[in-house]
Amino acid sequence: MLFSLLIAPAAAEAALPPSNPGTPPMSDSPWSLLPAASANAEALDTLYIFFWVLCGIAFVGMIGVQAYFMWKYKKPAHGHAKTSPLTHNGKLEFIWSAIPTFFFVILFAWGEIEYMKQVTPPPDAMDVRVTGQKWSWTIEYPEVKGCSLTNDLYVPVGKPMRLTMTSVDVIHSFYLPAFRLKKDVVPGRYTVLWFEATKPGLYPLMCTEYCGDEHSSMVGRVHVVPQEEYDAVLAKACELKQGDAESAEDFGARVVTRGGCASCHTTDGTVKTGPSFKGLFGKSETLADGSTVTVDENYIRESILEPNAKIVSGFSLQMPSFAGRFDDKQIAALIAYIKAQK
Amino acid sequence: MSTAVQSQDPHPAVEPNYLVSKRGLMSWLVTVDHKRLGMMYLASVMFFFLIAGILAIALRTELFTPDQDFMSAQTYNQVFTLHGAIMVFLFIIPSVPAALGNFFLPLMLGAKDVAFPRLNLLSFYVYSVAAVFLIVAILTSGLDTGWTFYTPYSTSTGTAVITATAGVFIAGFSSILTGLNFVVTVHKMRAPGMNWNRMPLFVWAIYSTAVIQVLATPVLAITLLLLIIERSLGIGIFDPAMGGDPVLFQHFFWFYSHPAVYIMILPGFGIISEIITVHSRKHIFGYKAIALSSVAIAVISFVVWGHHLFVSGQSELAGVLFSFLTFAVGVPTAIKVFSWVATLYGGSIQYNTAMWYGMAFLWTFTVGGLTGLPLSTLAIDVHLHDTYFVVAHFHYVMVGGTVVAFIGGLHHWWPKMTGRMFNETAGKWGCLLVFIGFNVTFMTQFFLGHQGMPRRYYAYLPEYQVMHQVSTIGSYILALGLLWTLIYLMHSLWKGEKAPSNPWGAVTLEWQTQSPPIEHNFHETPHVHGSPYDFPEIDKSAGGHH
Repeated sequence: MLFSLLIAPAAAEAALPPSNPGTPPMSDSPWSLLPAASANAEALDTLYIFFWVLCGIAFVGMIGVQAYFMWKYKKPAHGHAKTSPLTHNGKLEFIWSAIPTFFFVILFAWGEIEYMKQVTPPPDAMDVRVTGQKWSWTIEYPEVKGCSLTNDLYVPVGKPMRLTMTSVDVIHSFYLPAFRLKKDVVPGRYTVLWFEATKPGLYPLMCTEYCGDEHSSMVGRVHVVPQEEYDAVLAKACELKQGDAESAEDFGARVVTRGGCASCHTTDGTVKTGPSFKGLFGKSETLADGSTVTVDENYIRESILEPNAKIVSGFSLQMPSFAGRFDDKQIAALIAYIKAQK
Repeated sequence: MSTAVQSQDPHPAVEPNYLVSKRGLMSWLVTVDHKRLGMMYLASVMFFFLIAGILAIALRTELFTPDQDFMSAQTYNQVFTLHGAIMVFLFIIPSVPAALGNFFLPLMLGAKDVAFPRLNLLSFYVYSVAAVFLIVAILTSGLDTGWTFYTPYSTSTGTAVITATAGVFIAGFSSILTGLNFVVTVHKMRAPGMNWNRMPLFVWAIYSTAVIQVLATPVLAITLLLLIIERSLGIGIFDPAMGGDPVLFQHFFWFYSHPAVYIMILPGFGIISEIITVHSRKHIFGYKAIALSSVAIAVISFVVWGHHLFVSGQSELAGVLFSFLTFAVGVPTAIKVFSWVATLYGGSIQYNTAMWYGMAFLWTFTVGGLTGLPLSTLAIDVHLHDTYFVVAHFHYVMVGGTVVAFIGGLHHWWPKMTGRMFNETAGKWGCLLVFIGFNVTFMTQFFLGHQGMPRRYYAYLPEYQVMHQVSTIGSYILALGLLWTLIYLMHSLWKGEKAPSNPWGAVTLEWQTQSPPIEHNFHETPHVHGSPYDFPEIDKSAGGHH
């Protein structure tokens, strides 16, 4: 389900570079499922390897000494051996306090230096606005008028990007494993995340602060594209118009993807946070106050623009309004798509 | 041998033991005997361990495939919340202090009971009321906030947040009362001759824990009260929609809950110190270092809470300071581990089940401790925060540390508590299953987390499937080991051999009275003249530091 969520747009958008490594988070490294696609990721991997070598030596050393003592000082078959009267040793205790302290200071300082780079965006960074909501990411590009994407972040290689993020409901966390970055997205304030991608590809974007029912579905895609293709790819991604040869239903499918509708509405009959689209059109539903409503064009349109107006019994208000985000043609296509889910 | 009370049972079988000295259900329900209360706590925490364990198995089973299988999203979210909340508030926090601590603290001090026996009984009933609140929350509309109750999610969700937080609020009072009782007991009830340098390390650990319980728990109580006020009266404290600050809740919550991590692990350290010395017939290495490092950990634990907020948007300066202070906790912790290993040197090690758990602890806790380092390192934490790496890390500390120590302590003291010996062969098989199952379950999760698998997902990217399946199979092995342990321990109650008063040849005072002890613990007040780890096998002629 999530799998299809991730690869479907990739198939739909032929503009992606041919070097697309396939389904995220698959990697070219045999050691990791995780690609390193930013300068920060490469720097952190070095630090991470340093940590593992250090801790590997410490662990093997300690368990080795423990195992040796366990074998060497096993009690004889009968009775007990005389044991050592050793109770302490100041010099030894000083050494084994000082050595970890020394390495802790190195780890701390190294981590602090990399962290300061992570939180200091360069002044020439490109701005992107991110809004978290239950359960999708809205991504807006100020330089492309009216461009509002859902769960798709387009990024050029080698150009710093600065994301200014906020949430409209609860706390979310914006996590880009391929860049080794995350930052909480908090209602009522802005948080900032910046990066510079180094490798074209398609990478996952996930929510890492528990935010309710479909927390697991708050998964999106980061499309890293070469700089020379970026403007065209972004323009195409932002465009949401019915193609000449495209049926209303197919266009509606693209609108559904753009709206991030799939995190709450399935097409296979499974009921998640919202009703499934399967067999929805024409159905008679009971509202919380006991009255009934038929799911027709008007009801669907109203529910998209004013989700709170008529909530079917058994569901709660979780849906954001799409007023201002979808125009009449897009809503019409969306209705055609829902009609087709029989 | 320098402890006065060395003779085995000066008056054997003169008085009946605490289990049979009074009879009938009422004699248990209104008992003020710390040993009976310890046993009642033990039964309660074990019950909640079983419940929360079953929930864990349900979670791991759901995660066997990437898709949604047998639980809906809502059910999964409630199950992981209850797993965490029950494990933390009703099992781990009271496990060692309230069950083993209650039973053994007065015995190890040579006292007749705790300082305030009636307060101790009250504390048990307060805990029971808290448990009822949490159960009511589960049975009514459930709870889906995660055990951390983060705002504004917890202010806006429709589940039984008020009932559940009221339960945790009440459980906190039980914790405070027990802590207070223990602090006073340690200060005022030590047997003649037992100065601070002659206290067993388990007592030192319980003492440090009790201090944190008294100082930190009120903060949790206030925080939860504010949350309840916000939800019921609509006063904006944490919810930005009402003018509050959601991150403030995290500061308040972790100001308690990080010290609470040490409430959970310090008593485990105490148990390990006892097990390793007794079963290797050696004086503990670095008594002062171990005792004072417990105190150091207790103090520093109050100023590291901000490492839970590295990616929350707190200021960079705060992040840097909290990172540094978090590393500072690592030093006393490392000192403890090295001292335990050094205690084995020159010993005469008896490998019984308790010692197997002691040795398993050194492995699992060291993994837990070392994997705390990348999480303290600011830049790496940014990647690992809220992934399975964190899940694996705290399970290595909480389960690999506290629970392994708790089960080890249960085996170490089982003969004293119940008067019965369990089957050692069965015990070792149980320990092996627990050790293998635990490592398979959680070692895998370090890799999952590093590859980017976030916490609290009921469905996940298919690339993670193989590792999730290995982890799930590990959890079944772990469950099997724990069930097996439960079975042979229960079996020993009826069929086990009668336990002698001091089966391991230990020197601490709890072993200098009969098994199980009489109601007032000792026939005569014991007098202490030396170290609690002065074993007869120690070769005094060899020289060494004294």
